Amino acid sequence: METRFHSVADLEAYRRQLQAVRGPDRKIVSVCAGTGCRACGARGLAEVFREEIAKSNLEVELRVTGCQGFCERSPVVVVQPQSIFYQRVKAIDVPEILTETVEKGTAIQRLLYTDSDGRTYEREQDVPFYRHQTRSLLAFNGQIDPDSIDDYIAVGGYAALGKVLQERKPEEIVDLILRSGLRGRGGGGFPAGVKWQSCRKAHAADGIRYILCNGDEGDPGAFMDCALMEGNPHLVLEGMILGAFAIGFPGQPKGYIYVRNEYPLAVERLTRAIEQARRCGLLGKGILGTELDFDILINKGGGAFVCGESTALMASIEGFVGEPRAKHIHTAEQGLFDKPTNLNNVETWANVPLIISRGLEWFTSIGTGDVSKDPWGGSKGTKIFALVGKVNNTGLVEVPMGSTLRHIIWDVGGGPPPGKKFKAVQTGGPSGGCLPESLLDLPVDFDRLTEAGSMMGSGGMIVMDESTCMVDLARYFLHFLADESCGKCVSCREGLAQLCAIVDRICKGEGREGDLELLKDLSTTVQTASLCGLGQTAANPLLSTMRYFEEEYISHIHEHRCSAKVCKTLIRYVIDDSCDGCMACNAQCGTKAIQGGKKARHTIDDSLCTRCGVCMDVCKRNAIHVES
Amino acid sequence: MENAELESILASHGHRPSELLATLQDIQGNENWLPRESLAHVAAGLNVPLSRVYGMATFFSSFSLKPRGKHVCTICMGTACHVRGAQRLVEHVEREHGIGPGETTADLRLTLETVNCVGACAMGPLAIIDGEYHGQLSTQTLGRLLKKLKG
Amino acid sequence: MADEKCNVVEFKVQGQICQGTLGESLLSALRRHGFEVPSLCFHEAVSSYGACRLCLVEVKKGRRSKLTTSCNYPVQEGLEVQLDTDEVVRHRRIVLQLLLAAAPAAKAVRDLAARYGIEETPFVPRPEEDCIQCGLCIRICEAVGVNALGFAGRGVSKHATTPYEETSAACVGCGACADVCPTGCVKVVDADGFRTIERWHLKVPLTLCKTCGRGFAPEVHLTRMAGQAKLEIAHLANCPKCRGRAFAAEFRLP
Ligand SMILES: Cc1cc2nc3c(=O)[nH]c(=O)nc-3n(C[C@H](O)[C@H](O)[C@H](O)COP(=O)(O)O)c2cc1C
Ligand code: FES
Ligand code: FES
Repeated sequence: METRFHSVADLEAYRRQLQAVRGPDRKIVSVCAGTGCRACGARGLAEVFREEIAKSNLEVELRVTGCQGFCERSPVVVVQPQSIFYQRVKAIDVPEILTETVEKGTAIQRLLYTDSDGRTYEREQDVPFYRHQTRSLLAFNGQIDPDSIDDYIAVGGYAALGKVLQERKPEEIVDLILRSGLRGRGGGGFPAGVKWQSCRKAHAADGIRYILCNGDEGDPGAFMDCALMEGNPHLVLEGMILGAFAIGFPGQPKGYIYVRNEYPLAVERLTRAIEQARRCGLLGKGILGTELDFDILINKGGGAFVCGESTALMASIEGFVGEPRAKHIHTAEQGLFDKPTNLNNVETWANVPLIISRGLEWFTSIGTGDVSKDPWGGSKGTKIFALVGKVNNTGLVEVPMGSTLRHIIWDVGGGPPPGKKFKAVQTGGPSGGCLPESLLDLPVDFDRLTEAGSMMGSGGMIVMDESTCMVDLARYFLHFLADESCGKCVSCREGLAQLCAIVDRICKGEGREGDLELLKDLSTTVQTASLCGLGQTAANPLLSTMRYFEEEYISHIHEHRCSAKVCKTLIRYVIDDSCDGCMACNAQCGTKAIQGGKKARHTIDDSLCTRCGVCMDVCKRNAIHVES
Repeated sequence: MENAELESILASHGHRPSELLATLQDIQGNENWLPRESLAHVAAGLNVPLSRVYGMATFFSSFSLKPRGKHVCTICMGTACHVRGAQRLVEHVEREHGIGPGETTADLRLTLETVNCVGACAMGPLAIIDGEYHGQLSTQTLGRLLKKLKG
Repeated sequence: MADEKCNVVEFKVQGQICQGTLGESLLSALRRHGFEVPSLCFHEAVSSYGACRLCLVEVKKGRRSKLTTSCNYPVQEGLEVQLDTDEVVRHRRIVLQLLLAAAPAAKAVRDLAARYGIEETPFVPRPEEDCIQCGLCIRICEAVGVNALGFAGRGVSKHATTPYEETSAACVGCGACADVCPTGCVKVVDADGFRTIERWHLKVPLTLCKTCGRGFAPEVHLTRMAGQAKLEIAHLANCPKCRGRAFAAEFRLP
């Protein structure tokens, strides 16, 4: 039931009412239906639960939630009040879960999580993946149906807003955020309070100040912001409303959320959340009966990485292509439509309600450094990482700033899959870098990662084993960026095209003497002479792999060898003696490169082979290998 | 697309040039691509130069200026999917259906597209076929899924 | 000190005191004072864009100094500017090598590179290309209110063009784009009663001068001008030269 709240007291009364019905013993089945779990059929699973619950006469609430983080084991289901955690649940398991677990309270062994040592865990909080995390932002995702504002209010949602509107002045909130040391989660790590302050101080002739949320999440391979927008949209909205009050009150603050085009579910959920908030009097005119007027509109991106850059994002909202412009005049003074503008990342906004409701001390007790005098003095709070690639437990991981890479990858992530050896971890996406094993004890915060030649970025973390070629990875990012550059600066457009050309030839075994020096010189110019952050950081993936994995470049250039066996022109497929001539590969080979009849050992004609790898996929005896 | 339909899309965005991107998105949402006449109509309707509309339509990778197939297979080429072998999925479609990224089969049955991450990175490599997400794909599973497509 | 009454600001260039007006670009101010700064994408007639990255300079504001393009940097009180520092020149040379590979057929690029002692590029060239995507043609086309041109695509495939790479209905063949093109890649050819701009797929009939009979301007262009100036098209029937003569004869000028 949605009601319109005319005052903070209305909201609090409603919350008490909700909480009274929702006792701690309530039976709840929460089914994760984040984009990851959906890719494993979670939507269908939720439907089956709905039908089966309707058929039974069990008193149990079905809660379809956003991403709960443990995507590796999707679809995941948690049964309350016991917090029993089930993984890789299928439709046929549903009736049993209802009768055994919901009704009788007993756990079904085969659906529980078992770690690589064979230990089984029953409760969600005991599963190592969760136990080693500090989940303050993501904790709500499992407790909330993102389409229900009631769920959000029941867990304390909009309480921070109520408190602030009732008791605090805008300047106090700006000051609080400043002293909390909250730094932007979108990559740059700029102190949010400093930004808020300049935007609040900037002259606004007509009182309009824009409060923007960057939900473009351009890092390909990261989905933290996606999970927050899909899983807990009201948290982001509440942060923005608080920001509107702190930065733009009294006056006419106006809000926009710019969401990546590839996140249709996030757009859907945010749209619904905004409509609910409007109906409840939490957005629009006279929020909670006060003088604060603020509304939020959603803008969908068009599929361009560069639109995550602040000025390109604003150009895009204004109806132009996403070309960044020089920021000699700060966007805090003249940003969107030339008005004072404050842009923060989704996760930055999501932190704001928590800082206000739990207090400064709570926030500054988590993380590194000392921010009491200088907001640049440390990295405070938690950070969400998207841990993916060659690691046992892929998913979303929230840990205190300053946790080591080793803690994240091994304790939480369970290390590389059996039989695989860790080689490198890529952080920060296309603007970040690759770090080798020797840096695994590096505490992950804004400044330390930058020192090591990488970047926090928005929080992508991709683990790689020996089967990833570092030169190929650099090549991947360079091509990504050459494609995604807006194309305006010669140094970025032509510079990246040439970096691609050089790395391409290295991958083909056509690298030349002097190519490494040429790459370094050109990289420095791309970094220095380009206008925006895209060009200025574009060489990071290249430079960091050259710094930590130089020998791979050298072996590509001088020995024409790719030790990871990835670069196609440098590898060969061969069939060994264990081939029993089953003909499976012959049948599949598109270029008829495989010879040998039934029961006769097959061979591959290298001149015909396109290295597509289909033969290896179908070989049941593992007789096919790659050599370099 | 009927002119009346186009007009109602323009009207739903208040004929505001600042909503050019959203206007084009709605048209593509209806038509599955951006026909030439509709761009001209938008330019006239919003009173902005056609060169600006064309620039917008070619800048953003989600727009298609060519008709797309009845079925669309979008393969994620994000980093997480890349390190788990997304390139091989693309090569599979190239081999089996003779179309590269951004291309459509001659019978307008299938379009292959690539995208940089759809936020399900833990499930990579991943493809979206007609709006349905399919994670942890092998070339064989992808092949089966594409064969099963009707019509 | 800044002049309080007008918007004059003072700044230093390699130690020499210079003045500029608020809102003026650093590059204009530098050139006004006789300093040489190379550029390819800048033109006083239109807004700065910052594409060619050749106008790099080092600016120091307070204690912090950085490299920046001067064409889109606003002059400010108290700036200290250095022009050809080692770092600036090093990056400029690489940018020139990039340009030389991007548009080897552009003489202006080759000449500028030669001034920096660069005859060859270590990069992979695009033979035949003569456009550097500076966008001046687009900006002038917008400034004259025609808007026939724009950028299409992004990244390495970004290029100045007419919509759909075809004849644009908006283009009147005025040729302003060719006038500002730094590399000469936009060529206007008047021959046999037609104006052709091959780059924009344009071929339009020329109006013949009533007096000398020479084709002098595209009909569409004259019609547009007449419309804007609320003139009878007949007033534009003579070519500029003959119009001048007629005027002189009427007023008995020598
Ligand atoms: C090329 C480029 C892409 C970016 N993409 C994103 C993005 O996807 N999401 C984001 O929040 N910030 C992104 N940023 C950073 C933004 O420009 C901006 O700094 C940030 O949104 C500010 O919010 P924060 O201070 O809360 O981090 C990007 C920057 C650059 C240069
Ligand atoms: S990288 Fe493929 S979904 Fe993110
Ligand atoms: S003149 Fe400044 S970038 Fe071209």
